[in-house]
Amino acid sequence: MIEEIRKIIAEHGRLSVDVAGLAPNADLYHAGMTSHASVNVMLALEDHFDIEFPDRMLKRSVFESISAIESALNELRAEQPVS
Amino acid sequence: MSVSVDRDQAFLNAIGRVAEEFAAPNADAVDREARFPAETIAGLRAEGALSAFIPTELGGGGVAFETIAAACFELGQRCGASAMVFAMHQIQVATIVRHLDQAPWFESYLRDVVAEQRLIASVTSEVGTGGDMGSSIASVEPAGEGIGRFEKQAPTVSYGAYADDLLTTLRRAPDAEPGDQVCVLTSKDQHTLEPTGSWDPLGMRGTCSPGNVVRAELPLEQVLPTQFARVMNESMVPISHILWSHLWLGISTDAFERARAFVRAAAKRKPGEPLPAAIRLSELMSELSLLRAEVSSGLREFIEASAGDRARLSEMASILRFNNLKIAASEQAPKVCQGALGVCGIVGFKNDTPFSVGRHLRDTMSACLMVANERIHQTNASLLLIAKDV
Repeated sequence: MIEEIRKIIAEHGRLSVDVAGLAPNADLYHAGMTSHASVNVMLALEDHFDIEFPDRMLKRSVFESISAIESALNELRAEQPVS
Repeated sequence: MSVSVDRDQAFLNAIGRVAEEFAAPNADAVDREARFPAETIAGLRAEGALSAFIPTELGGGGVAFETIAAACFELGQRCGASAMVFAMHQIQVATIVRHLDQAPWFESYLRDVVAEQRLIASVTSEVGTGGDMGSSIASVEPAGEGIGRFEKQAPTVSYGAYADDLLTTLRRAPDAEPGDQVCVLTSKDQHTLEPTGSWDPLGMRGTCSPGNVVRAELPLEQVLPTQFARVMNESMVPISHILWSHLWLGISTDAFERARAFVRAAAKRKPGEPLPAAIRLSELMSELSLLRAEVSSGLREFIEASAGDRARLSEMASILRFNNLKIAASEQAPKVCQGALGVCGIVGFKNDTPFSVGRHLRDTMSACLMVANERIHQTNASLLLIAKDV
């Protein structure tokens, strides 16, 4: 899953560094992701994983690192089993 | 409970006295001369109002946030510029109080604000960022062991020349991204302000907000520990929008009251005769009540969100909510003032009658520019793509 997240961030996060070289817990905002770019990352994640982030997850901290995104996705998949 | 209710009421009584004794009689001169409302600020200092929101543990007034908002409304009815200076100072105080994370330097600083009634201004906007408070160009540069320095080009610094201290947003370090920000506090013996323009605006003239180059050198303990992205979402932005909208409501309420006084005077002159202005006044009341409803519901929702997990204020639905408060109030306030001008006619248009509302209209016209509404719409448009329950 981490590789899929990295690919989406590479496409939509508009980071100033190469996402391949980022540690899972590195701060994406410190790597140059703007609020506007983060919305595009969220949209792409929803589309790719066929999930919807509820409002309680739509905040900066949930999208601030690859591992934070991964744990949010895991939490959602446990709640919203693919039918 | 009753102790704090009494304390808040006593504070509001003091604000009422300052508004009547200092803000009201000087409002026209402050506006005409585009000068700092020194009398009002001196009056607020004498009442200890500059430390009203600081917790009692640190020696402050310990009044509730809604009481600070009520004070902005009260002052706004008498002098918009005085209310704006008071509101901006309280925004900086509330930001520090809510995010100091027990940093010893900031605790001791707040005690100084109590003792010396220090006035804090902010330097958040920057030339070249397109009005985005969430990104900076200037940074904290290393200047020796435990010392930092910065130079920031600010397009406006409200009452900077009259403030004891400045709260400035900067990139955390020279190699940090534009959004990786901190805020730093400097006192007037640590910073210099070099004006880059004049100050002769349409309204809010007493805020004295010309552009400035701000330069400072400071010990690094004066950097607020919390990252600014959190400070901005959880405090600075929603608190700004709430306090500003309260004072815009205050200005609009006074414009409405002047229109009402005009209609009553006309009715007394010609009892029983039809009075077209009375109908327009009734229409104006419904516009004012829309503004009042938006402002009070915004405050209530902020108090509810702050009472629980404050991180809720970072959620997109919440950011949209308080952005909408700002947009709605900043558009509705000048609409009410213009309506009051329509009721009063020429005596409202003239600057020297009891029914003059020109200053009110001009002051509230600044509202849509204080963080440009267009910029806020851009943010909202992006958030609306992903937010669910708005």
